[in-house]
Amino acid sequence: MNFTDIKQQSRQSWERFARPDAPRVLVGSATCGRAAGALDVLRAFREACAGDPALDDVHIHEVGCLGMCYAEPLVEIRGPGGGRVLYQGVRGDMVPDLVREHLVGGRPVFNHAVCMMEGPPVEDLPLFQELPMIRHQLRVVVRNCGIVDPTNIHHYIARGGYSGFARALGMDSDAVIEEIKASGLRGRGGAGFPTGLKWGFARKSAGKIKYVICNADEGDPGAFMDRSVLEGDPHAVLEGLLIAGYAIGATHGYVYCRAEYPLAIERLQKAIQQMREKRLLGRKILGSPFAFEITIKKGAGAFVCGEETSLMQSIEGKRGMPRSRPPFPAVSGLFGKPTNINNVETLAAVSAIMEKGGQWYAGIGTEKSKGTKTFSLAGKITRTGLIEVPMGISLRTIIEDIGGGVLDGKGFKAVQTGGPSGGCVPAKHLDLPVDYEHLAQVGSIMGSGGMIVIDDESCMVDVAKYFLGFTENESCGKCVPCRMGTQHLLRILTAITEGKGSVEDLESIRKIGETMKKASLCGLGQTAPNPALTTLDSFMDEYLAHIKDRKCPAGVCRALIRFRIDPKLCTGCMACAKACPVGAVSGKKKKPHRIDFDLCIRCGACRQACKFNAVIVE
Amino acid sequence: MQARKARKAINAVLKAHGQKRDNLIPILQDIQERMSCLSPEALHMVAEHLHLSENDVYGVATFYAQFRFHPPGRHRIKVCQGTACHVRGGGQVLEAIVRKIGIFPGETTEDGNFSLERVACFGSCALPPVVVVDDKVYGRMSARKIEKLIEGLE
Ligand SMILES: Cc1cc2nc3c(=O)[nH]c(=O)nc-3n(C[C@H](O)[C@H](O)[C@H](O)COP(=O)(O)O)c2cc1C
Ligand code: SF4
Repeated sequence: MNFTDIKQQSRQSWERFARPDAPRVLVGSATCGRAAGALDVLRAFREACAGDPALDDVHIHEVGCLGMCYAEPLVEIRGPGGGRVLYQGVRGDMVPDLVREHLVGGRPVFNHAVCMMEGPPVEDLPLFQELPMIRHQLRVVVRNCGIVDPTNIHHYIARGGYSGFARALGMDSDAVIEEIKASGLRGRGGAGFPTGLKWGFARKSAGKIKYVICNADEGDPGAFMDRSVLEGDPHAVLEGLLIAGYAIGATHGYVYCRAEYPLAIERLQKAIQQMREKRLLGRKILGSPFAFEITIKKGAGAFVCGEETSLMQSIEGKRGMPRSRPPFPAVSGLFGKPTNINNVETLAAVSAIMEKGGQWYAGIGTEKSKGTKTFSLAGKITRTGLIEVPMGISLRTIIEDIGGGVLDGKGFKAVQTGGPSGGCVPAKHLDLPVDYEHLAQVGSIMGSGGMIVIDDESCMVDVAKYFLGFTENESCGKCVPCRMGTQHLLRILTAITEGKGSVEDLESIRKIGETMKKASLCGLGQTAPNPALTTLDSFMDEYLAHIKDRKCPAGVCRALIRFRIDPKLCTGCMACAKACPVGAVSGKKKKPHRIDFDLCIRCGACRQACKFNAVIVE
Repeated sequence: MQARKARKAINAVLKAHGQKRDNLIPILQDIQERMSCLSPEALHMVAEHLHLSENDVYGVATFYAQFRFHPPGRHRIKVCQGTACHVRGGGQVLEAIVRKIGIFPGETTEDGNFSLERVACFGSCALPPVVVVDDKVYGRMSARKIEKLIEGLE
């Protein structure tokens, strides 16, 4: 079958799927949905529809993540006359109601409905594109997530998938590289290196055997963009890998995916099998001389394996330790052959660029940072989720408009970008345009796209300590500056959070940090001091409070705080006494309670349990 | 008898993979999936199969956090230590578990009922804090909720 026929077949399959009057249930069951109970919901729908002959023609699908993770589990129901309605926070026990009202009766259940996925509007339900969280977004990389069935290649093809690859096949490989160069795309794995340029190096390298690798190791704690794309639209990434392979002249591709993402691996396996069925893999792809194979490699739980040279060591079956560059992978990479490695998001953008053209992509974003970027918005924010925005959008728009501001109306303190390699951008930079250059200007980095919002109840010294704890643990130990540097920094920061720090320590942090930046072998060690250095720059007063006053202003560092119950606010409801794991709270019912400081282990359980804000941290 | 069965299972895994070095990690992963951990005998057999020294195989196995050398408990509790979980009380959840079952991360209870692990990040950052019990992901946990969950398992 040639590609025109495949497209024709796919279009028919998609039209059947997208028919507005065909009753369907789409359950968002990516990992985040599952964590919120999506599989129970899925089961409930299957059970509710199974016994009823009237519901025989209802199709139930698992789809990826729409990005509104805060509202999970999300379910879209298309019913006869009921339109396409998205429901939030669905639980198994709500299902019979949804089935009866929407699927049978054709009436949306308004108290759980968020929006209409498509017009015409019903009563005052807004359209999906008009939601505050969605309005400012531009969905390129996540174009299909939550919309198509990720286990159905026809859906992907019908929405333009593999057309970019088919176009590339008709072009000279140099022309493909020129197209990517024209798009201005830069690597989304962290470093932001121009993708077209990198492909050009690998293309020019001599050698018959070359490799392309998709880096799906996503080890940054707090980042889940790559996972969402792999789970929700695996073909977008695989098509990008295919295009990269064609452009540089590789015959074999690897996807290196972390083992903590079992669903992503499952979806990739299924997708690769479908590619094979459609002759998009193997020999004579789509009737051309191009041959290509893809192998999935599962990571084994080492953050440093996200670094390109160490990732290749890991594929080769060795300890995943970085090596010095040059030689660069484009010259000598996997098994000593020229290799090109790209991030998941980079490749998903590549397939869109080849479909719609480099000029189109270059029209989005800022002068030096083109296109869109996905971010995983998490931490102390009202609407957590996965978002994709044009480069250059302001931090304020992301946090206030898209994210709905800080959780529970608390004060915004900072946003952490770039994970353990990045830094904290303080509130005064809220109007900063988000792109590579501006984030670097304020001492942070774009990184892979983790964005953790920090409110005034989080301690910045504790945050720095948290990241150093992470990098100290993940340092591979090959070079001294990183191995010893992370240990020293962690020790100093721990001492400060315990009230045992001195002002001289701050100077040590700077000195050690600068040495690590200059002398470490790989990016892990070179960037590991960033969380400490940036918080030191912006939140010196918090460090000094810990050191000089032996106080943690945010009320986080255990050794420096005390919990007390305000007798004026306490109603004697006993909730805190029940929550306390060590029996440190005493008091009679309906009388103010007291905390025994000697027994208290400062776990904060009472504070969480209190509905009247009567537990005070000092 | 037990030992013979184990050897048979390991041999089956080895047979399914080639003898090139790049099979090493997939082999270790498959063996662990079947046998729940890597025994000295398994590592010995892997070394022979791939013509590597046992040292080399141990070197790789100990480098990666995924590999275990002792069997885990009947219920495996994994607590996410990602950034989002950290700022939303993941530490308190971990402490609650430690108090409840009396072991620290990396340990297994004496009765073999539970083992406890910390994981860098599950990528479910939008629903913190996250705990994974026997491969089921639980979001929006709290000290109280996890205690109840564990009581239900006991
Ligand atoms: C410690 C460390 C961890 C990294 N982790 C990842 C990762 O998880 N995913 C990723 O795509 N790139 C990661 N990188 C960056 C890669 O080395 C490499 O630059 C990237 O995969 C190149 O792809 P790109 O050009 O498409 O960004 C990491 C780098 C370092 C130093
Ligand atoms: S910087 Fe750290 S992680 Fe990188 S090679 Fe050196 S010790 Fe290993």
